[in-house]
Amino acid sequence: MTAMSDVTVLLLTFFILTATFLPPEPFRVVAPASVMEIKIPEYNVMTVLIDLDGKVFLNIDRPDVRLQALEQMASEYGVTITDQQKRVFVEQPFIGVPMNRMPAFLDLPMTEHDAAMRQYGIPNDSTNNQFTDWIQKARAIDSDMKITLKADESTPYPIIEKVMKDLVHIKANRYSFITVLRGAPEGF
Amino acid sequence: MAQIKTGGDGGGRSEPKKYDTRVDFTPMVDMMLLLLTFFMFVTTLSKPQIMDIAMPSDAEIMEDETPKVKESRAITLLLGEEDKVYYYLGKIDESSYSDYTTIKETTYSTRTSNEGLRAILLERNAEAVNQMRELKLERLERGDKMPVEEFNERSNKIKGDIDALTVVIKPLESSNYRNLVDALDEMQICSVGKYAIVDATEGDLFLVENYRTRGAYGEANLIPEAR
Repeated sequence: MTAMSDVTVLLLTFFILTATFLPPEPFRVVAPASVMEIKIPEYNVMTVLIDLDGKVFLNIDRPDVRLQALEQMASEYGVTITDQQKRVFVEQPFIGVPMNRMPAFLDLPMTEHDAAMRQYGIPNDSTNNQFTDWIQKARAIDSDMKITLKADESTPYPIIEKVMKDLVHIKANRYSFITVLRGAPEGF
Repeated sequence: MAQIKTGGDGGGRSEPKKYDTRVDFTPMVDMMLLLLTFFMFVTTLSKPQIMDIAMPSDAEIMEDETPKVKESRAITLLLGEEDKVYYYLGKIDESSYSDYTTIKETTYSTRTSNEGLRAILLERNAEAVNQMRELKLERLERGDKMPVEEFNERSNKIKGDIDALTVVIKPLESSNYRNLVDALDEMQICSVGKYAIVDATEGDLFLVENYRTRGAYGEANLIPEAR
């Protein structure tokens, strides 16, 4: 009995330590189901989150890349970000405000971030496409970063199409849709 | 936990009572196992799956670089509203445009039934499906000893065969994201290797509208030039 409880404790510790926590998303998304069994990579992934109104949010899982991209974006858009704001930025998993609002957003307390972010999203219209800028910056730092798209299954197609066209436009032709697993039909 | 000395008043002889010092660990082990199962499930289930997509570049493609496809082996799916799928086979010529029965309507298949889209694709792609099934069976018989490279190479050969089915997926504006993923899923299930997501043309919209109105739209409107 003692041996068994020893093993259980060890296994439990192992699973607790290896459990990776998904970055909290600013809103809930029900991903569509598919029979694909390939798991999302552990590391070096960008996730584009699309809401039902077509607002886009971006998560870059590596904090170093995220920070470098922010510095480049800040200098390009003429925004100054203080060191304190940079620290807050690294803590927040999702990017979801226009660059001109970034400093004010980062000064807000963390608890108000999600609500503030939901109002804006990253601008992705043809005249002011900061969304593709972010992705280009991140890919310039590490071209191996995988791009994944996450959207609710009821999102109208034109909204998805817009993001897909944007990605192809910046020559990011290979990307992935995030899906949840469902069993393959009998016999396949 | 150790021994507790009691008594003292019950007569002169103070014989210390022996208590059992062992603690019952069973509830703790039970709880541990429950926590363990919980964490095991959570770690494996929380990780989402991904579906890889490769889109063609939007740069002008040279005429001789476009992959050659047998027209007779092509099927075009138009993903419509309310989980409907319209489809037509091969290429449509001038005379078929005015006929509203050129395109047919079907639905997405479910996990338990192959009716609808899957039945159509399976029937048209029977050869590749059977070859893929044999390949998977062979891999199973060899006890998963087949290298991944060999399996991929052979499955690509089957799916990329000139006679294998080619599917053109054209999501209409009324469709949603799930429809697109469902359609791409069918490609995986039906062993279709050659497929592409393409914008719907005016000709396609004309065909769908004509089908919905049972030919009335086609009589009232001209057939668009581009297709």
